[in-house]
Amino acid sequence: MTDIGVDHQARLSACPACDAAPLAQRMAGVADAGAAGDLILSLPGIHCAACITDVERTLGATPGVRAARVNLTLRRVTVDAPGMTADDLIPVLDGIGYEAHELDPSALTASAADRQGRDILMRIGVSGFAMMNVMILSVAVWSGAEAATREMFHWISAAIALPTVAFAGQPFFASALRALRAGRLGMDVPISLALILASAVSLYETILQGRHAYFDAAVMLCFFLLVGRYLDYRTRAVARSAAEELSALEVPRAILLRDGAEVPTPVADLRPGDLILVRPGARIAADGIVERGSSDIDRSALTGESIPVAASPGIGLTAGEVNLTGPLTLRVTAAGRDSSLARLTALVASAESARGRYTSVADRMSRAYAPAVHVLALASFGFWLWRTGDARVAVNVAAAVLIITCPCALGLAVPAVVTAASGRLFRRGLLIKNATALERLAEIDTVIFDKTGTLTMGMPRLKSLDPLPPDLRAIAAALAGGSAHPLSQSLAAALAAVAPAQLDDLRELPGHGVEARWQGRRVRLGRAEWVGADDVRAEGAATWLAVDGGPVIRLDFDDRLRPGAEDCVAALQRSGRQVLLLSGDNSAAVADIAGRLGIANWQSGMTPGEKAATVAELSGGGRRVLMVGDGLNDTAALAAAHASISPASALDAARVASDVVLMGNDLAPVADALELARRARRRIHENFGLSIAYNVVAVPFAMMGLATPLLAALAMSASSLSVTLNALRLR
Amino acid sequence: MEVLIILIPVSLGLGGLGLVAFLWTLRSRQYEDPRGDAERILSDEWDDRPKPPPG
Repeated sequence: MTDIGVDHQARLSACPACDAAPLAQRMAGVADAGAAGDLILSLPGIHCAACITDVERTLGATPGVRAARVNLTLRRVTVDAPGMTADDLIPVLDGIGYEAHELDPSALTASAADRQGRDILMRIGVSGFAMMNVMILSVAVWSGAEAATREMFHWISAAIALPTVAFAGQPFFASALRALRAGRLGMDVPISLALILASAVSLYETILQGRHAYFDAAVMLCFFLLVGRYLDYRTRAVARSAAEELSALEVPRAILLRDGAEVPTPVADLRPGDLILVRPGARIAADGIVERGSSDIDRSALTGESIPVAASPGIGLTAGEVNLTGPLTLRVTAAGRDSSLARLTALVASAESARGRYTSVADRMSRAYAPAVHVLALASFGFWLWRTGDARVAVNVAAAVLIITCPCALGLAVPAVVTAASGRLFRRGLLIKNATALERLAEIDTVIFDKTGTLTMGMPRLKSLDPLPPDLRAIAAALAGGSAHPLSQSLAAALAAVAPAQLDDLRELPGHGVEARWQGRRVRLGRAEWVGADDVRAEGAATWLAVDGGPVIRLDFDDRLRPGAEDCVAALQRSGRQVLLLSGDNSAAVADIAGRLGIANWQSGMTPGEKAATVAELSGGGRRVLMVGDGLNDTAALAAAHASISPASALDAARVASDVVLMGNDLAPVADALELARRARRRIHENFGLSIAYNVVAVPFAMMGLATPLLAALAMSASSLSVTLNALRLR
Repeated sequence: MEVLIILIPVSLGLGGLGLVAFLWTLRSRQYEDPRGDAERILSDEWDDRPKPPPG
């Protein structure tokens, strides 16, 4: 039942049954941050009861572990193991076939958000039970209870409803007060006014032994509006907790060399002048100059170049690059706020605020809605005061208008659709991070892709084995097996079926290649200049194999397309959207990928600034641009675009800058997301139409003084239900 | 109609009981890992409290 070797980026496909689990099951209880000092590990592969038992039993049997508790909903385990680190436990879990990653507990703030969720749930519970009890009494009144019976029922209703409204309505009162202090009229001002007025008028009528009391309407309003608010909250909480998990995966730590000793240090504590050690395979934590060692550096995240570059003493490196082959000692030149990484992030933050000004449909509606409702209620009050001269009648009519127009359905119209749509997208592997992202995605007419790491996997693949004579394949396999360089690894994978030759003195020269002795002759696999090749064409990724006294053989590589890339591009073009490819890589590599995907419009050698400028230029021309990218060189463009998507493998800065994170490896959901966003927008508009239609029918009755509590209750529940059902059609 | 004197307190009492039960599930964090709880009933491990002595 274990998922051995599940790629953590493909976590959503680890277990089809788990993917189908609705968001509803995540509920509010997302916190398991636990006590301080607990370790939290992410377990992307767990999916069943046997997994839980395996993990808990194995961890429990590990010396030093006091307790371990799996949370299957979040796919995490919280371990109480004083004095132990995640590095002690990850191999233990790896040994029984579970992939585990350390999560940074400080990045998981779920517990605070969770309290808020439980708070809303509790208010929903209270108003729900109060609604049921008041409704029982109201049904008796509607069906003709008279005199003393009606009076008693009104008094009991008041005893239940008034404390309930005072407790459950607090989120609305607080938010309305905030809006009023800031001089605005949000949705919550008319809501609060309706709640308070309905309760006050009903209490007044009860005291005067009147016929109509709206206690049931006041409590029902609370209930429906809280449900809308909770849906809204949960969509955000689920997205936030998953996004937090992504950033928590990158525990920012560097190895500081102090008096020759290796000290793991948080990146934030690095100072210029410090010496840090960067092991092969690790990401460089701060800008610096190489002091010792030589290696190959993968800078695709920063520039989009797919071919690694050599690094040797004296060369400057930038935070975010990945060290591939040899250990490097770096003298830090800029860290923390001064590093180029932080400067890029600042650039993103300024662009983000521009996007934050986007006004959603709901905001535009509520801006028009609140004044309209207040004018209507005031007009009714004035008219009835003038007609009858009786303030009691006028106040009653005005209260009925406010109750009938109260945005029960409006409050549900957007959250219900967004919850349904983001639940669907989440199961397809897309995580919506931003509240208005869905609406912006629906408007997209131009899609810009980055190449390395976005359309391609960012991993080289051997083009063809043909240039390699069969008798040399065993040597190539043995040499390639001795290096961690991506080209070597891909060559070794291509030659997996060949038994490696017996080589002596195998050694890797970082920045150059691999060298060994084969039957007394020197054999080399590596850079052209080093092995002595004449054919030093710069285009494409290539490595050279040389046997002393034999020919020099050139092996060409290209980049593997991300699964679903072809379908995605084809689907986008079919739907009439313009597709562009902007890359920092050389033109040969970009032309090849563009040709394979059928993208006519491509640019190579783009700097981060040029990418952002292209986005700005298209936006200026009235186009709605979606940027899909993963590298630091894309962050400015991601932030400048109308909407943006980045894969989970992207750097933290790129993910922060984008609205949507693609959790799986497959690119196909991107095209689906745009279609689903359009359908969701249509549903939102329909929902607004529905709730306005109910108001258009009911408001005239209220203004004519014909509204009864029964009519208010019917209109309210019918419109809320139809809006919710309409949203569910999206599934 | 005298029966209302009994019925109304009863209905209010039942509603209150339901509310208290709901608040208890909320307080004891029973919505924290709904999928895990659904799976755990299939497990032979006694992990919420000690396994009762055999026999």
